[in-house]
Amino acid sequence: MRVMPKQLLPKFLTSCCLLLLALPLQAQLQIEIVGGVARPVPIAIVPFGWQGAGAAPFDVAGLVARDLASSGRFEPLAGRDLVQRPTTEADVDLADWRVVGAEAVVIGQMRETAAGQYDIEFLVFDVLRGQRLLRYRQPASAAELRLAAHRVADVIYEKLTGVPGIFATRIAYVAAIHRGGRPDLYRLIVADADGANEQVMVESREPLMSPSWSPDGRKLVYVSFENKVAEIFVQTVRSGARQKVSARAGVNGSPAWSPDGRMLALVLSRGEGNLDLFTLDLGSQVLTRLTDQRSIETEPAWSIDGRSIYFTSDRAGGPQIYRIAAAGGTAQRVSFEGGYNARPRMSPDGKRLAVVTNDRGNYRIAVLDLERGYSQVLTDGRQDESPSFAPNGETLIYATRDGGRGVLATVSVDGRVRQRIPAAEGDVREPAWSPFRTN
Amino acid sequence: MSVKNVCLVLMMIVLAGCASKGTKEQDGLGYGTQSGAVAGAQSGGVSDGSIGQGAAIDESAAAGPRASLKNRTVYFDYDRDDIKAEFREIVAAHGRYLATNPAAKVRLEGHTDERGSREYNIGLGERRAQAVKQALLLQGAGASQIGTVSYGEERPAATGSDEESWALNRRVEIVYAP
Repeated sequence: MRVMPKQLLPKFLTSCCLLLLALPLQAQLQIEIVGGVARPVPIAIVPFGWQGAGAAPFDVAGLVARDLASSGRFEPLAGRDLVQRPTTEADVDLADWRVVGAEAVVIGQMRETAAGQYDIEFLVFDVLRGQRLLRYRQPASAAELRLAAHRVADVIYEKLTGVPGIFATRIAYVAAIHRGGRPDLYRLIVADADGANEQVMVESREPLMSPSWSPDGRKLVYVSFENKVAEIFVQTVRSGARQKVSARAGVNGSPAWSPDGRMLALVLSRGEGNLDLFTLDLGSQVLTRLTDQRSIETEPAWSIDGRSIYFTSDRAGGPQIYRIAAAGGTAQRVSFEGGYNARPRMSPDGKRLAVVTNDRGNYRIAVLDLERGYSQVLTDGRQDESPSFAPNGETLIYATRDGGRGVLATVSVDGRVRQRIPAAEGDVREPAWSPFRTN
Repeated sequence: MSVKNVCLVLMMIVLAGCASKGTKEQDGLGYGTQSGAVAGAQSGGVSDGSIGQGAAIDESAAAGPRASLKNRTVYFDYDRDDIKAEFREIVAAHGRYLATNPAAKVRLEGHTDERGSREYNIGLGERRAQAVKQALLLQGAGASQIGTVSYGEERPAATGSDEESWALNRRVEIVYAP
């Protein structure tokens, strides 16, 4: 993501007035901030020192500033407001920073420790309290410098907000390219959370749908019509290796990995014409039927303890959210507001579901509090769909339409911070946010 | 279960009707199937089983016994999978064709408009395809002649986000195997 540095903005910003334009990217996705918190924290991120010949191999401070700005909670100072450019703690004078209104300062240095190996060392200061909060060393190989810079942003974000950052995570999504009106090329893409480093996992003339991450973030499961019928594939992100896991007669749909990574919940019609829920043990290949209804049962989402599955059913007339034990049993309804609630996705803390709801004729994203039973509509589009929680639970990414095109967007769970993420080409849809990286 | 029995009885009545009507309908549509020999066997009145001559397609009537087999798209109302009155004869004509041409095969492709969630729409598209399949079976088509697939909202015919486009997308397409 590129955010053009602006002059120091007034501290009190209302969420509807702020619009920062992104520089055009070669990347597929461009992030545009359309709303922030009422008072983002002014932070000085000083360009890092480089102990080596020539230019630094990567502008860590620049990427960190863009990441923190994209959260809507921070407002990095513009270059000309950086009163000093220290790279060591001894050179930092917090009184100077107080004058320009910075509340936090980040300084750092990068050096080469061996051929193609680097160390990034950075410090974070609290200006108001006049103290150093953090000193951190992040090693990286040359190929990992961008990821390392995202990790630096994550560490700073967590230190200052108490919440883990998601700047080093990834998103998967489907792109549909049109030639002559109707889409006829589909791609499943994995990119960094800021839209960079796109990797095409698979490309097809037939639709691709429903990407879902494995709990270890190493694989994707999805639906492909490449053989003219819906089939489910698993693909390893790093190697690209693919494996067909379900091609039963009729519909194969809605795959969802269990939290322990051993099972898939999926939807089959088995040639009988109505959709039901099943689980597939990936090791033993044992298929277990969970529902046997004449209505549509689809879109399973596991609870975080792996004991229950939430899903969409229209057994009561219109689609609503139900819960069933993962081993099977009686389903219980959990959504009661409005006539259309579908496509549940579990929050990382296991307490909330993101759903697609029909809000007075508009399809929007709502978050349903499972304990208290009430739901809150977070978005204001007309065709909002496919919500997915960031792994820190603070943000939802979803698909919407803007100017006749399919675009992605994010909204914070308190509804205040919003971003729009259009694609350079075609429509983008069905985003799935990866888990935190473990590798 | 009793619904099944009723359907069976209806099918038998319809099949009986087909056998006697076969002599009057000469749908020389050139689908390239082995319908010639079979039609000859079933309809008796067609000499030596050849259908090379064929009659002109009557496209004017949406209803009636000579409904055109060139109408291969059935449209549906919002959130519905019942076949509307204006499409029943079209579907029935395809059903009769399949009944009299056991080597012919169709693929029923079910679709929805873009509203709502995608996998749920796969379910709705499948329901629509199944509704058309049932209607074809009622005319005597064999289950092995009919395949179904649902594309949900993934393959729209019209790409606008308005009522007109949505209506064009809520459909089942009857696709004959070559």
